[in-house]
Amino acid sequence: MKIIVVGCGKVGSVLAEQLNKEDHEVTVIDSNSDKLELMLERLDVQSYMGNGSSYKVQMSAGVKQADLLIAVTSKDETNLLSCLIARKAGNCHTIARVRDFTYYDEINFIKDELGLSMYVNPEYEAAREIARLVQVPSAMELDVFAKGRVNMVGIKVEERSVLDGMRILDVRTKINGNILVCIIERGGEVIIPKGQDFIRKGDNVSFIVPISEMTRVFQRIGAVTKPIKNVMIAGGGTIAYYLAVMLKMARVNVKIIERDKARCEFLSEQLSDAIIIHGDATNQELLLEEGISTTDAFVSLTNMDEENIMLSLYANEISQAKLITKVNKITFNNVIRNLPIGSIISPKNIIAERIIRYVRTVKTTPGSNVETLYRINENVEAIEFKVKNAVKNIVDIPIMDLKIRKDLLICAINRKNKFFTPNGKDTIQTGDLVIVVTSCLGLNDLSQIIEE
Amino acid sequence: MNYAVIWYIIGCVIRVEAILMLLPGIVGVIYGEKSGLLFFPLAVVFYLLGHLLCRKKPEKTRFFAREGYVVVSLSWLVLSILGAVPFVLSRTIPNPVDALFEIVSGFTTTGASILTDVEAMPKAYLFWRSFSHWIGGMGILVFVLVLLPIAGGQSIHLIRAESTGPQVGKLVPRMQRTAKYLYSMYFVLSIVQLVLLLYFKMPLFDALCDVFGTAGTGGFGVKGDSMAGYSAAIQNTTTIFMLVFGINFNFFFYLVSRRFRAAFGIEEVRWYFVIFFAACLGIFLNLKFVGGEAEPSLRHITFQVSSVMTSTGYSTLDFDKWPEFSKAVLVGIMFTGACAGSTGGGIKVARFVLYTKQVGVKVAALIHPRSVRVVKMDGQRVDDSVLSTCNTFFIIYSFIFAASVFILSWDNMDFTTNFTAVAATLNNIGPGLAGVGPAKNFAEYSNLSKLVMVFDMLAGRLEIFPMLVLLIPATWKKNG
Repeated sequence: MKIIVVGCGKVGSVLAEQLNKEDHEVTVIDSNSDKLELMLERLDVQSYMGNGSSYKVQMSAGVKQADLLIAVTSKDETNLLSCLIARKAGNCHTIARVRDFTYYDEINFIKDELGLSMYVNPEYEAAREIARLVQVPSAMELDVFAKGRVNMVGIKVEERSVLDGMRILDVRTKINGNILVCIIERGGEVIIPKGQDFIRKGDNVSFIVPISEMTRVFQRIGAVTKPIKNVMIAGGGTIAYYLAVMLKMARVNVKIIERDKARCEFLSEQLSDAIIIHGDATNQELLLEEGISTTDAFVSLTNMDEENIMLSLYANEISQAKLITKVNKITFNNVIRNLPIGSIISPKNIIAERIIRYVRTVKTTPGSNVETLYRINENVEAIEFKVKNAVKNIVDIPIMDLKIRKDLLICAINRKNKFFTPNGKDTIQTGDLVIVVTSCLGLNDLSQIIEE
Repeated sequence: MNYAVIWYIIGCVIRVEAILMLLPGIVGVIYGEKSGLLFFPLAVVFYLLGHLLCRKKPEKTRFFAREGYVVVSLSWLVLSILGAVPFVLSRTIPNPVDALFEIVSGFTTTGASILTDVEAMPKAYLFWRSFSHWIGGMGILVFVLVLLPIAGGQSIHLIRAESTGPQVGKLVPRMQRTAKYLYSMYFVLSIVQLVLLLYFKMPLFDALCDVFGTAGTGGFGVKGDSMAGYSAAIQNTTTIFMLVFGINFNFFFYLVSRRFRAAFGIEEVRWYFVIFFAACLGIFLNLKFVGGEAEPSLRHITFQVSSVMTSTGYSTLDFDKWPEFSKAVLVGIMFTGACAGSTGGGIKVARFVLYTKQVGVKVAALIHPRSVRVVKMDGQRVDDSVLSTCNTFFIIYSFIFAASVFILSWDNMDFTTNFTAVAATLNNIGPGLAGVGPAKNFAEYSNLSKLVMVFDMLAGRLEIFPMLVLLIPATWKKNG
């Protein structure tokens, strides 16, 4: 597909990189020539300097031939205008980033009137992800499939966990639940395990489990699931705002520490139930005074990645709280992943993931739709396919007779709202939701799960 | 430095060259020349050599600007050295330095020759010489990129190092597609010219070589008198196509994609034609009033001007016999050269446009010391870094020019000869004036001077910087 990305900030560059990797023809527009130059040297993309919401610039960037325009500059107005112009000038799909909540409240009207295909709000999405993690305290990561009926949960295997030393084959019987281990992360390496592999302590293990069995499975594994009642948030930005609203609905007590007085007043006005503290979150005394050592969860959402990491490290030292850390800019993933800072949330990656999922859905494929897509890390994806009609060579053939790719695992099938982990004799049928985990990035049709 | 990638790409280049060497071999078979058969075993040997180098795909494919420069300049060196081997082994050009000069002149699309009797050369070797123009014109690495995708995004470093002009961009998002577009336009234009030449009854072999020379803006002829012996129609066709191949290829891309306003909005192309017509007019008037010709032939004037300006170097008459002003004009347009992003050489019209505009800005600043003015081209602001690279280019260019003239002077030829010899090689033109005029050749020079000109030709074709990178010790240091 021909895709134009307006704005090469954090989200824009992650997007361009991913889309480029998936073999789309990407053109980027930005008004900063240095940023463009950096992109050009790193990626096989074309660049245009200028204002992305200008008709002339869009025309020279080839909006007429483009299939999709994604506007992710830091300004909502620019994004919306870019999409409007692209829609009129080129008749392509458009995706806009809209983060200001005045617009976000009216987003459905805007979407219809401007003909947007999709809108993304990084702060809102990040908040939603954090809220989910808060609600499942044992999970380091949590991705939902089949419209929320099935979860993929990532947990860390602790020292005395029952999982330590367990063979993948035996997990099912020993845990006695409908669960399938899909991914093991061990020392920066990602493994899609086979039956004979073992789980070891220190691994990050992701498994698929239906939502109905989650509590039971967690109990068996020995991961305590004491529900979270109190959450302390450092930094009162937009994510914190959305998060507080969501947590309030889940009846969780929220405490926000924010440096800026005016912002505090605004938050207090908007969030009448939350406790708003005016102060510097990097002040240890203040944190202790506000009860960091006893809080159930600590979420660091300040604007500085370094500050967030430090705060989480500190919280890890003095409390048992579940930790969630926002890291948006820093790119030393390998280092950060090994720090005890709990779950890492990166709004730009969440957004990029959402958009790429959309792109794969737009790509017309005969047999199936990509319903959901998650990047587990840079190298592994979990994809949910909806089987629309009989895909040749796959549907109605026992799975053991299919030549499945070596780097792919069929994790689960959801048929008529019943979820099961398939064995060799099962078949994929039309209408199924099929969840696969793979290190082969860029699949967009079910037919690609077998070797060519 | 990522040596693995460098060797890999050079291996690919060698393999491509080996395959291309089969063509002159076939020509040798057709004309029944025994000496031409030499190309076949050589192609096999070179292919194996290239295969040896790129047998293993490097694990780390990431490379940076530095590797880009090194790959490009080393590729061109290797390409030239291997290309010279057939001449030496077949004893058609026994002296290795002469052979190297000849083939470098071919690949860099210069067209300067050390051959005293062109027509005595076997057809296979004439073909190889001319064909090297066609390969070198658009660039060997661009060609390699068409065939295999190298290292994703970083391939821009290769194209930047090999293509000409102050600003090198892509036509479409994918580098490989861009390379394909460039080569297909190049190919189609070449075919059109070939068909026209055949229509005007040029013999096939001559027509092919003429096309290679014109498309690459090279200028090796297959006749001793270059293009003088052909009919007016053939000469005019060549004039037009020399001009066409001197145009920025973006122009054709815009035409093909029906963006006419963008196409004709390219400032450089407009200036290119302005310079062309001004030069023609100047020479016309000079020939009429000073040269004493009652009716100066427009055909000859346009041919000579377009040949020199696009750095092709064909001739239909000995322009060394023209009056001084006309010769001065020709030397002048040797330097301006063709458009950036074309197959032509010289400093490039785009750079001159930028130089002139900068002068304009500076002069305006004399009158209004606090005035702020930016240099714009095609309606876009030109970045300061581009301007300063552009200016540095001119400075280094002048240094290399002066140094080369000094070294050549040791051979004790007259100044005009030395000066125009360097101008003709550094700008990839071919013939100069006086001792290296269209009717003469470069055989008289010593081996040292020839090697200096080999460097000049390569530096001229790759626009100096890649060749300089090779000479800087820091390039080769591990932590440099």
